[in-house]
Amino acid sequence: MRIRRDRALSLLVIAPSVLAVAIFVYGLIIWTGYISTVKWATLRPDYSPVGLANYMSIFANNRFLMDIRNTVVFTIFFIGASLIIGLLLANLIDRKIRHESIFRSIIVFPMAVSFIVTGVVWKWILSPGLPAVGPTAADPHGVNQLFGLDPATFKWLTDPQVLQLAPDSPAGKVLHDIGLGFVTSPNIGIPVALLSIVLAAVWQMSGFVMILYLAGLRAIPEEIKEAARVDGASEWRVFRHVVFPLLTPITLSAMIILGHISLKIYDLTVAMSGSGPGFATDTPALFMWQTAFRDGEFGRGAAVAIVMLVIIAVVVVPYLVWNRRQGVEA
Amino acid sequence: MKLPSRRILAVISVVALVASACSSSATSAPSTGAASVAPSTAAGVTPIEVVSWWTTGGEASGFNAIIAKFNTDNPTLQVTNSAIAGGAGSNAQAALQNRVLNGNPPDSFQVHMGHELLDTYVTPGYMDNLDDLYAANGWTTQFPQGVLDIVSAKDSSGTVHYYSVPLDIHRANVLWYNKTVFTANSLTPPTTWDQFFTDADALKAKGITPLAVGDNGIWATGMILESILISTLGADGYIGLWNGKTSWTDSKVTDGLNIYKKVLGYVNSDHATLTWDQAADYLIPASAGAQPKAAMTLMGDWAAGEFDNKGFTDYGWMAAPGTDKIYDTLADSFGLPTKAVNKAGVKLFLTLLGSAAGQDIFNPYKGSIPANTTAGNPPASAKQYSTYQKWAMGEWKADAIVPSLEHGAAAAPSWKGAWETAVTSFVANPDVPTLQAALAQACKDASVCK
Repeated sequence: MRIRRDRALSLLVIAPSVLAVAIFVYGLIIWTGYISTVKWATLRPDYSPVGLANYMSIFANNRFLMDIRNTVVFTIFFIGASLIIGLLLANLIDRKIRHESIFRSIIVFPMAVSFIVTGVVWKWILSPGLPAVGPTAADPHGVNQLFGLDPATFKWLTDPQVLQLAPDSPAGKVLHDIGLGFVTSPNIGIPVALLSIVLAAVWQMSGFVMILYLAGLRAIPEEIKEAARVDGASEWRVFRHVVFPLLTPITLSAMIILGHISLKIYDLTVAMSGSGPGFATDTPALFMWQTAFRDGEFGRGAAVAIVMLVIIAVVVVPYLVWNRRQGVEA
Repeated sequence: MKLPSRRILAVISVVALVASACSSSATSAPSTGAASVAPSTAAGVTPIEVVSWWTTGGEASGFNAIIAKFNTDNPTLQVTNSAIAGGAGSNAQAALQNRVLNGNPPDSFQVHMGHELLDTYVTPGYMDNLDDLYAANGWTTQFPQGVLDIVSAKDSSGTVHYYSVPLDIHRANVLWYNKTVFTANSLTPPTTWDQFFTDADALKAKGITPLAVGDNGIWATGMILESILISTLGADGYIGLWNGKTSWTDSKVTDGLNIYKKVLGYVNSDHATLTWDQAADYLIPASAGAQPKAAMTLMGDWAAGEFDNKGFTDYGWMAAPGTDKIYDTLADSFGLPTKAVNKAGVKLFLTLLGSAAGQDIFNPYKGSIPANTTAGNPPASAKQYSTYQKWAMGEWKADAIVPSLEHGAAAAPSWKGAWETAVTSFVANPDVPTLQAALAQACKDASVCK
């Protein structure tokens, strides 16, 4: 009887937020999905169904394809670098050094800054200065000035170059012959300017990853490591075969948290370079906003939103399933 | 890290389904007339709410001056300026669209004249026409025909209707230059693109960036291409691009795109991170007598205000190369929403905005020129026009008038979006046939070209 009353009370307490989430998250997702299949392309809502025409039109749009490329590149570099740096920092901090909390605070601090502030500051740092158009006018500032780099080579955010496999290179020709010629299109490659954004994002988030790993490291019982050492394992092998596997849940959680940040990234790129040279730093979120609210094409904008949702779901849902299975086993 | 139990998840999903079913059926019936109750004030004064994106500087001063005059002349009416800050109105437009869509528009609002107004608000049926105001005030003869063409649209029977009152006129195709740089290097400011390249090579050899560009917001490079197309196609040919009479595959378009490609080789390499005003500042030397970073910039005539604010006087101007006697025009205008509460009051206000007296109050502050050709002589006690503005007014009366694409006059916002996509992609892949094909496709997608 008492258990029942507890349950009724807990249901009552969570009901308002469940209802709000149901309406304002799931309800609006369904509504957006519906809008993505109607014609609505001006300010006046037009609910005549068009099937998948909006989706076909955005996938035929070169800008959207570049946005997908940017998202993939950004996600890989951002998560990879944040995890490696975060893990490294966590291990350094975990050496029982003096004044640990001071170092910890300094390293985590960037996370407290808003992405807009990060973006503006890094935009200034990376501002390349004028290129040397003549012998006298080399006028670098920011990081180029600090390290004496040539602004004509180190263009940072302003670099329109996309590192890609050239169609006329030997490898490109081979790929073309076996029917994989699309790999050499400019839509598959690494936009150089985007890496500057990755740099700023990693600066902001790697401290957060460090904290996650530090918590994980501290949770590993000393006895396990001791046992491995007694068995004659070197420190590296202790880390590689004992500590690191035990950190897997932390790594996965960090990947999911960073992953959903990178898939939705908007404020940082807007503050740093907008769409960038040749859409080098454009993102699906920016494309969606402009399509819907500047061009008034709400149907197409909704289609972009749904594609973003699907991409995020592909990353997050397996994690949720895995996480729940862990919970059941425990 | 444990998630809620299976049971709670089930509850959530059931509630989600039920709630979303309710919400979608409720929202699919558009609500109407929710806010068409006139707000009343105690003193018997009827408020008129006008939304603009003029929040700072000369433009805000000018608009407040014109509102003050209206409120003094009409004691029973009270115009309020609900300004929404944001460059070129990008924030204002999103907020405004929401209100119009919800049937709760302000009594009047600022919008670029031309297709930004027509395609966004007029075609879907959110605006009343202003034919009676145009007839009663003689505006059909006071505004140049080029402006009348831009603010009007034909209905299904072919009758022309006017939809907004242009308050100011800006010119997009102006080349600004540092005078000392040109005299010191014995160069003549270019009137053709050939001459531009000759000058640019000489400047580059001296270590000066020839053309400063700040296209952080994309539109600045689009505006350069706009000016180039005007120079290769002429006024009629350029207007034809936007109504289907000129083909986008025309060889003169190809010529323009080739010039554009060449021009991009003479701009500052950090253009993608700069705003237009940061780029304009490249013309200003760091100290008197020093060499500025750049010699020229191609920008709308709001650049004059930027130079004046920075105390820079050593600037000269002329029409962009090859576009002399053509006025690439954009204007801020005000219209009458169908659901405006106090239409009679709004019409009185619009009458003041279109009149010579009203335009002479506002434009000296804004740095633009009056659209009304009978204006241009503000009373001696009021703020006067600058040297640039007097020059521009002379040009305005003599020039052919063409609509600016980048500032909403020439084409629908979605067409402009497609154009900007093509132009920006060109930066990464500078291939003229690809760009020309993309521009031609954009015209087809806009249902203007076949």
